[in-house]
Amino acid sequence: MSEPTAPGAAASGATIELENLTKRYPGSPEPAVDSVSMEIGAGETVIFVGPSGCGKSTTLKMINRLIEPTGGRIRINGEDVTDIDPVKLRRKVGYAIQSSGLFPHMTVAQNIALVPKMIGWGKARIRSRVEEMLDLVGLDPGEFHDRYPRQLSGGQQQRVGVARALAADPPVLLMDEPFGAVDPITRDHLQDELIRLQSELHKTIVFVTHDFDEAIKLGDRIAVLRERSHIAQFDTPEAILTNPADDFVSGFVGAGAALKRLNLTRVRDVEIADVPTVTVDDPLQDIFDKLRGGTTNELLLLDKRGRPYKWLRRGDLMRARGSLARAGTLVHDTVTRDATLRDALEAVLTDNAGRVAVTGRRGEYTGVVDMETLLNSVHEMLEADRLDAIEHQHDLEEQRAQLTHQEQEGAGPGPGGPGGAARA
Amino acid sequence: MSTSVDFWDYLGTRHEQLLTDAYQHASAVFQCMVVATVLGVLIGVLTYRSGWAGNVATTVTSTVLTVPSLAMIGLLIPVVGLGVAPTVVALTLYGLLPIVRNAIVGLRGVDPTLVDAAKGIGMSRAARLFRVELPIAWPPILTGIRVSTQMLMGIAAIAAYASGPGLGNVIFRGIGSLGSRNALNQVLAGTLGIVVLALLFDAAYVLIGRLTIPRGIRV
Repeated sequence: MSEPTAPGAAASGATIELENLTKRYPGSPEPAVDSVSMEIGAGETVIFVGPSGCGKSTTLKMINRLIEPTGGRIRINGEDVTDIDPVKLRRKVGYAIQSSGLFPHMTVAQNIALVPKMIGWGKARIRSRVEEMLDLVGLDPGEFHDRYPRQLSGGQQQRVGVARALAADPPVLLMDEPFGAVDPITRDHLQDELIRLQSELHKTIVFVTHDFDEAIKLGDRIAVLRERSHIAQFDTPEAILTNPADDFVSGFVGAGAALKRLNLTRVRDVEIADVPTVTVDDPLQDIFDKLRGGTTNELLLLDKRGRPYKWLRRGDLMRARGSLARAGTLVHDTVTRDATLRDALEAVLTDNAGRVAVTGRRGEYTGVVDMETLLNSVHEMLEADRLDAIEHQHDLEEQRAQLTHQEQEGAGPGPGGPGGAARA
Repeated sequence: MSTSVDFWDYLGTRHEQLLTDAYQHASAVFQCMVVATVLGVLIGVLTYRSGWAGNVATTVTSTVLTVPSLAMIGLLIPVVGLGVAPTVVALTLYGLLPIVRNAIVGLRGVDPTLVDAAKGIGMSRAARLFRVELPIAWPPILTGIRVSTQMLMGIAAIAAYASGPGLGNVIFRGIGSLGSRNALNQVLAGTLGIVVLALLFDAAYVLIGRLTIPRGIRV
């Protein structure tokens, strides 16, 4: 296995293989987790989702052996880690939990530095790594470095928790309902941040949640688990939404699958239009001329840092007697390129002109999305899904037909499945 | 009694002896506290994880506390002899209870999700104890140490019964010669001395708390 702490390039993900992983507690007849097998690709985000008590958290904790499995094997990047020293294993596997799990007696910087310190990094390297991690999770190092966890908001604590989990650059990150204890708005932000992080880092993430919408938003693949961690369906969010395996899964998906589908596509995947812009520093006369001479009757006024500030229409300036401070309507809502189409739709629906400005990482203007773009994209998307689903169904039917055919050929009733087919 | 010497005169003439006694008193309490703290925290660390062992440790140490101190020293004399030894043994035993109990309560009170997090990021058993559990449990442990010290201040006076060191000697001398010129002054000086020492120690603990409790968990 490659050394994840080697200096230089960041370690991206490792594969995880679970083979018949089982947990039996003494004194209970049924196992808590019953023979889970699963392969997770390097750099993939896999979400375990299921009702409370289905064993999803237990399964996750068996991957870093916080709970020792009673049967089965765990392999990370091909290396069998079922019997190695658990402390060693855990230093290669980042772990973030609900309500952050930060140590209250240590500062933010000390919390983040813990794992690098344990694996023996030098002081200078740790210091620069802490700054880097704070920056990565969107916290200003100068401001947060020496704060204690109790001086942070829930969302900030959670960010530090993720920074701590990633500090030693582990190839694998386990997250146990990390956003379960924060308010919905913060949770939304944190989810967006995680998506951004993952697009930079390509870790292998295993994420446990009971919130199916969260699963759809974050997962490359989702494992819907029922009791004793039996896998009801393990597939892409699109496939689960358009083609749930059974009643249990469709029950879990819930109503409004078409709306949920909007969570799967991001603003960056659709066409972002451009509108004429001016900045507050432009001379008033230029703004006048642009408004009069332009093809559209609307301008987006940007502030000094290039962020959307106001929508200006023809005549607004006249009515405000040439005062930029009074003219136009303030921009209330913007979306980032990583926001889901659902967020964008929400913003477009509440905007009285049916469009929303798209912003980059620092809030700077990058474009505009309007109702028409959204409608077109959604139609295309649903059509593509439908075709996929038909094709998938077709494949399944063909396989089934082949199987029946082989059985009829007289191979006898085998144990069923591929074994029977192989003997034919 | 009518001819009792003025208290201040008494202090003026005997202050050297009194200071020596006070110093020995403080030194005995301090040394016993160090031993009791080490033992008490050790017992706490060894037993807090098991409900059964923790309860035994608390019960045994609180049983010790119910033995009257005079009787305890009396019982120790045939075993360890007169002088410093029975004093040290008795004080250490009495000092254990608040420390053991607070150590167990403090360590058990550490949020289990924090222990889980510590394990999850790859801290060894020892690292978990020394870097997470003990620092978080430190404020209650320090409170235990403070309570113990206050208690030992008083109990140490009894040590004079077994010819031990400290301000108890002054008090016993006074009680032994009731009616004499300096009897009351002696009792008074010994008692006040203990009170002053106790206050000084307490102030020291406040300072120690300031210096050793991390800002993040200070209330």
